[in-house]
Amino acid sequence: MTSSTTSATPAPEPLEPPPAVPGSVRKPLSAASLARQRRKASAVRFWKQYRTHRAGLYGLAGLVLIALLALAAPLLVGADVQSVTAAPGTALESPSTEFPLGTDQFGRSLLGLLIWGARISLLVGLLAAALSVAIGTLVGIVAGHYGGWFSTVVMRITDWFLVMPALVLAIVLATVMSRSMWTVVLAIGVTSWPTTARLVRAQTIAVESRPYIERATALGGGHRHVMTRHVLPNVMPLVLAQTTLGISTAILTEATLAFLGLGDPTVVSWGGMLQDAREAGAVSSGHWWYLAPPGIAIALVALAFTLCGRAVESVLNPKLGVGR
Amino acid sequence: MSLLEVRDLRVTYGSGAAAVPAVRGVDLTLEAGTKLGVAGESGCGKSTLALALLRLLPASARLEGEVLLDGEDVLAMSWGRLRAVRWAGASIVFQGAMHSLNAVHRIGDQIAEPLLVHGRATPAAARARVGELLEHVGLPAARAAAYPHELSGGQRQRVMIAMALACDPRLIVADEPTTALDVMIQAQILRLIEGLVAEQSISLLMISHDLAVLADTCDRLAVMYAGRVVEEGPAREVYEAAAHPYGRALSSAFPRIGDPASRRAPRGLPGDPPDPAALPGGCTFHPRCPVALDACGELDQELREAGAGRRAACVHVGSAS
Amino acid sequence: MRTDTTARTEPGTATGALLSARDLRVVFPGRRGAPPARAVDGVDLDVGAGEIVALVGESGCGKTTLARSLLGLVRPTSGTVAFDGKPLAYSSGALRSYRKRAQLVLQDPSGSLNPRHTVYDAVAEGLRIHGYAGDERAAVAEALARAGLRPPERFFLRYPHELSGGQRQRVVIAGALVLEPELIVADEPVASLDASVRGEILALLLRLRDELGLSALVVTHDLGLAWNIADRVAVMYLGRVVETGPVESVLTNPRHPYTRALLSVLPESEGAPVVLTGEPPDPSRIPSGCRFHARCQVLASGAAEAVADRCRGEDLPVLPGGGAGAVACHWVKGGGAG
Repeated sequence: MTSSTTSATPAPEPLEPPPAVPGSVRKPLSAASLARQRRKASAVRFWKQYRTHRAGLYGLAGLVLIALLALAAPLLVGADVQSVTAAPGTALESPSTEFPLGTDQFGRSLLGLLIWGARISLLVGLLAAALSVAIGTLVGIVAGHYGGWFSTVVMRITDWFLVMPALVLAIVLATVMSRSMWTVVLAIGVTSWPTTARLVRAQTIAVESRPYIERATALGGGHRHVMTRHVLPNVMPLVLAQTTLGISTAILTEATLAFLGLGDPTVVSWGGMLQDAREAGAVSSGHWWYLAPPGIAIALVALAFTLCGRAVESVLNPKLGVGR
Repeated sequence: MSLLEVRDLRVTYGSGAAAVPAVRGVDLTLEAGTKLGVAGESGCGKSTLALALLRLLPASARLEGEVLLDGEDVLAMSWGRLRAVRWAGASIVFQGAMHSLNAVHRIGDQIAEPLLVHGRATPAAARARVGELLEHVGLPAARAAAYPHELSGGQRQRVMIAMALACDPRLIVADEPTTALDVMIQAQILRLIEGLVAEQSISLLMISHDLAVLADTCDRLAVMYAGRVVEEGPAREVYEAAAHPYGRALSSAFPRIGDPASRRAPRGLPGDPPDPAALPGGCTFHPRCPVALDACGELDQELREAGAGRRAACVHVGSAS
Repeated sequence: MRTDTTARTEPGTATGALLSARDLRVVFPGRRGAPPARAVDGVDLDVGAGEIVALVGESGCGKTTLARSLLGLVRPTSGTVAFDGKPLAYSSGALRSYRKRAQLVLQDPSGSLNPRHTVYDAVAEGLRIHGYAGDERAAVAEALARAGLRPPERFFLRYPHELSGGQRQRVVIAGALVLEPELIVADEPVASLDASVRGEILALLLRLRDELGLSALVVTHDLGLAWNIADRVAVMYLGRVVETGPVESVLTNPRHPYTRALLSVLPESEGAPVVLTGEPPDPSRIPSGCRFHARCQVLASGAAEAVADRCRGEDLPVLPGGGAGAVACHWVKGGGAG
């Protein structure tokens, strides 16, 4: 022990709970308002630390921009940008002032499609990552908490999923199920959870060896109590970081599936645009304005989420030693 | 000349507004072949002091003052010289033996490492020396082939001591060498240290929070509080009749069994150890002091004479009382 | 019998012990072919209402396992634990209601608080588990105040890392007090605290007994702690209690060679220290006869020659758990300790 400084020195005046002066008229804070105060304080603290990660800030700025574009898409370009019948231009126009990125083979504005496609890409990415992390967390905590043969069986199944080529499995799922956005979400979600499950299980086991778990048991807490009140909050940072990182993977997988023609044919997504570009022969004819923007968009969003994920990870799990 | 002389040593972590003083002007003297105990609670700077003696502190720590080992200033010497001193002049025994030993190497190799690195011995000679050292600290020589996890806490602490002895140092700094150990093992280790120190006339600087253990082992005792020595003197006298109220509190914290005064009357100090980043003004001990005067809040106290060979930093010492 | 000078309630007198263990045994299966470890190997122990009992021994002697089995955290292999006269049931519902009445305080206050829970949450945890119907906030505030954290409101929103070690242990104690238990089992409650704070926490335990009539079983390796607060002490060696009795008589006039050795190595003790060699032996290989005979200094010195055969070959009976002093030693029984 370096006897001073570095060890957790009690903060001189932390978090400002207005100290109710004994004897004064008590204005009891309810448990709920206490919890609210606490949450606010920890959010502020999180942001203060997050701010020190420059790459994370760039990622966040990028995400906010893209998210705003996607949300504002109905105002900016309108839903009829997807319409093949009411296409404003002629087929495969080069970039011009009217169509800054040119048009596709149906004469639709590529810029409009790109903005509209952000909606699907982001939505599928978020939902799929959330689904995958939810499954992974549940499996991980339950396996880690109960242990024994149950854990062994569950982890063997996890391993089986882990060694299965996820993309191939997703392709199979997307093929056999009806072709909709939800199929894609499901296909990505059920194939990408094993990594999370393994991480969460390891963390769960680490948390469960801490004395406060024994204290909770001695207080009379059951399995549920231990898992939800102690293990979950302690694996949450890991889960959160995993989600942000998982989104970029999910967006890439979504793009891949769409590129392979397994996406929802009724909506425009970036992966779908790439597939259209390939079908329209944009590669051979050198129509880079058709190919490059969706590709770059995918890369940028994936990068933004990864940067954010790394920053979140290093704020919440400083021990992992994730560099800036 | 004394073996070790610390003059106005100051250690500060960080800089500018965030600077935290850990050691705030410590003077200590250790004669060759004697044993000095440094007592205090966590955060008082005693471990920082130990590390500062061998310049083992992280780069963020700023050191001022002088640490004279055999008349040579450790704080000013070159890296090459410092390395030589660390091996042969003085060595250190840490408290957490598990963390200070490398889990993936056999203990024999770890003990032999300094001998081999400095080319002081051939591999065969180093092996022989390791066996000798292990037997010296009460372990069979064959245990050289064991990994740290195969040893008990007491045995690991013995290995740590063997490592410290490997290059025949003149000074051993022992930082809480027995804290995590059981009473019986603690007694074994203390006997071992005492025996080795006496037999090889090594000087010992031992750091602990347990005044009773230090009083039993050491010749002189220094009590630290908030980065300063607040009391110093012959071990027995300090333990049995401390001049500083903090020294008194520490010595009564561990009761003497059979003493009716401490039966069903555990004694401690109210309040918490001070935060080095926000030390109280005046005498740093005054907020917890049972005998503080009004003036203590403003007046800082220097160490002053408190009887033959004793010094204490308290307003009640010397002068009027 | 009791040499207690202060007039106190006479606790632990055989009838109506609050907690009592009878012939308790906990055996852990051996790993990879190792023989099973008999961590607790036949223990009778009573804790009377309002009594503080210190369970003393070296690490590995089974004292922690014993404490946990008394709380139903480890299920004994055989023997019974009875609380308030009724044997402990191990159904989850029965354990839950038991755990409202008996609480655990662990050694490391930093580890026993969830770093992500505020002080308020940590203390209110027990109330929430047991579906406390009253004013949760008032109960938490009262428990914190009782544990010496005043004013309690100032601590509600603090996180464990913002507190000092002593304050953390007070939070842990408050979390145990909030359910108004009758018994606290404290496992090395001050071992990781600073010397100056130690006395304060022990004084708190003593005060809680005086004010609330709380019983406590304090597990420790520190005999000074027993002298400071306990009424009765039980010295444990390798899964068994080898000497028990009122603190005054056991600590000032120890009879078992092991107790004598433990006391003799304390820094301030008079007389030559008896430093036992070697580590405490392995609970998976308990020697036959008296389990202490291999390290026994009396046997080694030849003073117990008369009973040496019995020391090596004859097992000793389990000591009674009640208040009277008792020693498990052939030599003492043979009148050798005179």
